[in-house]
Amino acid sequence: MSRNPDRPLSPHLSVYKWGPHMLVSILHRVTGGGLATIGAAALVWWLAAAAAGPDAYRSFTGWATSWFGILVAVGLSWAFFQHLLSGLRHLVLDMGAGFELNTNKFWANMTLVGSAVLTAVLWAVILWGKL
Amino acid sequence: MTTRMESAIAQVRGLGSAREGGHHWWMERMTSIGLFLLYLWFGASLLRLGSLNYGTVREWLGDPWAAVPMLLLVYTTFLHLRDGLKVAIEDYVHDEGNRFFVLLILNFAAIAAGALAIFSILRIAFAAGGGGAAGPA
Repeated sequence: MSRNPDRPLSPHLSVYKWGPHMLVSILHRVTGGGLATIGAAALVWWLAAAAAGPDAYRSFTGWATSWFGILVAVGLSWAFFQHLLSGLRHLVLDMGAGFELNTNKFWANMTLVGSAVLTAVLWAVILWGKL
Repeated sequence: MTTRMESAIAQVRGLGSAREGGHHWWMERMTSIGLFLLYLWFGASLLRLGSLNYGTVREWLGDPWAAVPMLLLVYTTFLHLRDGLKVAIEDYVHDEGNRFFVLLILNFAAIAAGALAIFSILRIAFAAGGGGAAGPA
């Protein structure tokens, strides 16, 4: 294919200056992909193990409470909260609200802060609470 | 060059990457709101249980008030993840043949995994339903 080098290229990701809205948009897809694969697999494993019997369930909890299982669970919980808050932001944007530059940037940042705080609170409750 | 009789909009309608967009977009929003409510319930329920021991989880899912929302949660989760992954595949898998194949795998996997999860919930729920007039356990 021949291209006149004087003509501009259509802009792609690499030409934009990174901002929170861009990061949050990409994270929405990444966290969604992670939840849809690893998260769904964990959910199905948990339910199927509970249905299969005590031995299968012991095998599940053995994995889930290992350091690797906890690492995955922390990652999934953060992905869940990030996707949840980002999704709520999208519902507002779908109504045509929140596109002013400062408002948009503020709520994009708030999803990042919110998901970090919610993840920390959840694991504080799990590790130091009654669970 | 033949003259086309359609209006400009008619010539491009349905040619987006998804071929049909509106219904899919709407379903993604509907399921997301449903999941928001269902996962609030799920999170609150697990925190109230206070333990994920085998016995605790079996007893919890043996109650229809937990089993039915859990069925809705699983069903809606798999609808939503299928809609979401479909968009990602349509954006990144450009070759028509590959795209067809990957979407086929996605549908098979989502339906199979969802069916296994639903069967598991029903198995626990029906195993627990032996009391009262329901007959021998």
